[in-house]
Amino acid sequence: MFTVKRTIKYDADRVKGFGREIMGVTGCEQLPSCIQCGTCSGACPLTIYMDFSPRQIMALVRADFKNEVLKSKTVWLCASCYACTVECPRQIRITDIMYALKQRAIKEKVYPRNMPIPILARDFAKMVLSKGRITETLLVMQLFMRANWRAAFSSWRLGIGLIRTGRFVLKPERIERRQELADMLSTVRNSGNGKGHL
Amino acid sequence: MKYSYFPGCSLKGLGRAYEESLLPVMAHLGVELQELEDWNCCGATAYMSVDEHEASVLATRNLAIAEKQGPFDLVAPCSACYLVLNKSKNNIRDFPEVRESVHRALDKVGMAYTGKVNVRHPLDILFHDVGVEAIKQKVVRPLKGLKVAPYYGCQVVRPYATFDEAWNPVTMDKILEALGAEIVHYPLKTKCCGGSLTGTVPEAGLRMCYILLKEAVRRGADVIATICPLCQFNLDGYHDQIEKKWGAARIPTVYFTQLMGLAFGFEPKQLGLNRHFVSTRSIASAVREPASVGKA
Repeated sequence: MFTVKRTIKYDADRVKGFGREIMGVTGCEQLPSCIQCGTCSGACPLTIYMDFSPRQIMALVRADFKNEVLKSKTVWLCASCYACTVECPRQIRITDIMYALKQRAIKEKVYPRNMPIPILARDFAKMVLSKGRITETLLVMQLFMRANWRAAFSSWRLGIGLIRTGRFVLKPERIERRQELADMLSTVRNSGNGKGHL
Repeated sequence: MKYSYFPGCSLKGLGRAYEESLLPVMAHLGVELQELEDWNCCGATAYMSVDEHEASVLATRNLAIAEKQGPFDLVAPCSACYLVLNKSKNNIRDFPEVRESVHRALDKVGMAYTGKVNVRHPLDILFHDVGVEAIKQKVVRPLKGLKVAPYYGCQVVRPYATFDEAWNPVTMDKILEALGAEIVHYPLKTKCCGGSLTGTVPEAGLRMCYILLKEAVRRGADVIATICPLCQFNLDGYHDQIEKKWGAARIPTVYFTQLMGLAFGFEPKQLGLNRHFVSTRSIASAVREPASVGKA
């Protein structure tokens, strides 16, 4: 069967109000002043891997194309290097907008399938919630187990290297006053854009 | 000189060589670092992707502890910690909704934060408080002939640092120069290493590392000096995979504090130089050459 794919978005694809919601998140207020100059896309070291460039993401968010944005690979490829934010002539905190989109994508569980980054972010947050600190080797092992055994196996060299250099920590780091931290976090749960959906 | 000290999770784990070299070097220069009691994870980039309010609360608990315990200058050596703590501090100041939610969380457990803490990087302390002259005076084994590519990465210089420049920072260059090292012109000094993408999207992440490594080799560097535990791990830990994909670009990547320690006369092992994947023996032996006997 000969299939075609529409390359232009229709008005019906928009989710009215989405852009406004994102602009309401802390640090994202400047989005309306985007002039679509593309400085962000030029400054970003990962644009070449993205399905939408950062400039396009800014336009799509502003125009309420929620599904396209939240399902994009772009937001997950952002490594938070802040090159775009520092360069933006309109002082738009593009990195913070990417964070707001990550939060929404995790909350609504619409991130691309097979994307390990949102899983890592969630596992990371869970470990912090329960221990107060991160033990990197445990976190990474957990992620590998989740992904697949083959991936875990292919990284055996790295594991052995870490053991050899005395950096393979198996005893979880934790803080003393874990309850205090949990109490603090509970006061803001469900108040933010991400709503701590774990 | 006394400061509060926020080590962060990495410096107790994969990046322990950073702490192992930072503490003796700072002590040697008369800088006392007092570790924050019961500090918690800053949240890094990962927690920020989950919930922005929880991320602020997480970071602010540390600021509140620093404010209670003093001194107010808080040293954060890890780039992610430095950024996140600074970001929270700034957001509390600039956004009423953040201030409100953070105070609500602190109130609940009887803590307080009034904005007095300054989050600072070791480079800032060394360059502005200790000074290049004082560092020079402590050098007993000058790093003569050692060609160093200074690599700052992203999150210390962008977007919150006020002590150096976002694209062409020079504080580490000047410190390494004071040790006698030769600074290689390295225009990629603030290009991102890919962060956690090396593990999650290796095609993109590892290539970013490869570009950084290859460029340092091409410019004749013997070693890359870094200020971030994740940059160090990325540039050091994946050489076998990088080699297979794109070709060899083998060069050691060490913390700038390890180079300081060598120049100050510490033994490589005391500085965690045995904790690297790529052998660092060539650096240590280059430095050991007696430079003091007045060779030209």
